[in-house]
Amino acid sequence: MEILTKVHAQNLVSWAKNKPRVVVMSADLTGSTEIAEFQQAYPERFFSMGIAEQNMLSFAAGMAREGFIPFIHTFAVFIYRQALNQIVSSVAYSNLPVKMFGFLPGITTPGGATHQAIEDVAVMRAVPNMTVFETSDATEIETILDPILETPGPVYVRMLRGEVPRLFPKDEPFRPGVPRVLSTGSDITLITAGICTEEAMRATRALTARGLSIHHVHVSTHKPFTSPILLDAVTRPRLGIITMENGTIVGGLGSEVAELMAESGVGKKLRRIGLRDTFAHGGSRPYLTKKYGLDAMALARAAEELAGAALNITEADLAGVRIEAVHSQAKAEAL
Amino acid sequence: MGRTPQTVSPPWAVDVRRAAWGIRRRVMEHTIANNGGYLSQACCAAEILATLYLKTMRLGPSIAPMIPPAFPGVPGPGNSDYVTGGLYHGEAAPDRDRFYLSPAHYALVLYAALIEAGRMAPEGLAQFNQDGSTVEMIGAEHSPGFSMMGGALAQTLSQAAGVALARRLKGERGRVWVFLSDGEFQEGQTWETIAALAFYKLDRLGVYVDVNGQQCDGETEDVMTTEPLDKRIESFGGRAVIVDGHDPAAINAPADLHPDGRPLFVLCRTDPCRGIPLLNERRPRLHYVRFTSPAEREVYRVWYQEHMAAGRGED
Repeated sequence: MEILTKVHAQNLVSWAKNKPRVVVMSADLTGSTEIAEFQQAYPERFFSMGIAEQNMLSFAAGMAREGFIPFIHTFAVFIYRQALNQIVSSVAYSNLPVKMFGFLPGITTPGGATHQAIEDVAVMRAVPNMTVFETSDATEIETILDPILETPGPVYVRMLRGEVPRLFPKDEPFRPGVPRVLSTGSDITLITAGICTEEAMRATRALTARGLSIHHVHVSTHKPFTSPILLDAVTRPRLGIITMENGTIVGGLGSEVAELMAESGVGKKLRRIGLRDTFAHGGSRPYLTKKYGLDAMALARAAEELAGAALNITEADLAGVRIEAVHSQAKAEAL
Repeated sequence: MGRTPQTVSPPWAVDVRRAAWGIRRRVMEHTIANNGGYLSQACCAAEILATLYLKTMRLGPSIAPMIPPAFPGVPGPGNSDYVTGGLYHGEAAPDRDRFYLSPAHYALVLYAALIEAGRMAPEGLAQFNQDGSTVEMIGAEHSPGFSMMGGALAQTLSQAAGVALARRLKGERGRVWVFLSDGEFQEGQTWETIAALAFYKLDRLGVYVDVNGQQCDGETEDVMTTEPLDKRIESFGGRAVIVDGHDPAAINAPADLHPDGRPLFVLCRTDPCRGIPLLNERRPRLHYVRFTSPAEREVYRVWYQEHMAAGRGED
């Protein structure tokens, strides 16, 4: 698997070249959110707002009222936790085109509970007028900027930084509202988002080898959650549905799927993998995914439960399909 | 509280004082009719708003209907006809000023000011707090004279700062005016904004502050003091001027100061019972007047008849 570095940093600079209305705002995390290159390329369109997110969000709304399109960059927690009222009253109510790039989703940071955005999807999708995206690989990071710009009103996107894999071909860009079907099957439907998709792809091979037919759908638009591909996915499996998300299962992807199923009258078993109404703490990604049941083994256990039979999948089975090179070269993430 | 010396009253101040009196009279009338209202805010802010509308600000003529239209629905997909109450301030032209009132509970006072400034019909006030109307009790973006959601407090100044920076980037000459209440200096966001205004040298933005020393729980000194407000603002990089908030010439004078790179804060010292001395009996709770008995309401009604109804009465 191809691993790329600082995809957003380079991509944003080339993409923004002929877009004078796009301005970038930073809350003292310029290098940490990959916008130092933008600052260098277009200093007149870069605004340092200091460690003051509430002012930054309302200030951005004011600029948006005058025709600019602010791209807010900071850690996700400092957007939706620090400035939710500003997002609601200054930005979202007026449906202003303020685009929020939230970094360090879920357990992708060793920074612990203050830095891990675990309930952002739940919070942001509850805000009227808000569109909620999530990136999972280099291709999505490279191709999400046009959809963000073309989406009217505010957009919140869970962003990845540093070293990211390329899961999807370069010529299959991010399409807003359109999930990707990664495999078709009839026993279990697997719906995943963000970094969980990469993890799930490891487990699906082991599950298929045990004779299970897996229908795997990757979601990158949390709201609106209306694609017919999703309804088809929850309707078709014989045994049930498993969701897997990098955050709390309360209000996130699992809830999105549950709402869709209930409103469509789909009466099937649903297993939601994610943080089970708990905070996490600081640690490496492999440690955290194992400790909090966000890894391929957790997915295998959920599949066993739906199948009602032991599949005897072991760590060794999963290790066989695990691509260790993905993370072995990654440096320990600093803040 | 330092007060500037009484300035010589210029001819235009006569019109401003008449309008200020009209604001108080309309709000008083409304408060009696509806058994409640933000009456004290009219006492404080009447001269400030009258001066801004009639003298200080360069706004275009209103392009909104004199009688406010019905609630247009909230902004969002499928509501393309949506407009804000900013139309009452005219076209958003490059050389025109913008005006944003932050404490949205001053709405009744703002509506009265729009009437006195000839931007809204007196009949429009009959829609106040009526279902389906834009003339809401807490002004929203669609309410006459509003164009932002300020109800949470402290957010309007940040937004206006963003507007000011955007207008500078576009090369526009018009100024940006904000009306702020002193209680908003208890919000951290206000200080974040002053820091940003000073950092980006947004000296085309001017803030008029109603320093009435009052808030919902009572006197600001007893709730959470914001003094010395001028020194606090200056230490954050702002330019603070203290004026008598009931003297039109004093209120207008700082707007003529040559911009020096600092955002301007005109701290208008005001009397929360100005023009309606009856209110003094309700101290220290002046935030919202709701009559406690029919008898109290009758006292106000009689006072109104004797002092205000005929349109006479001056400070």
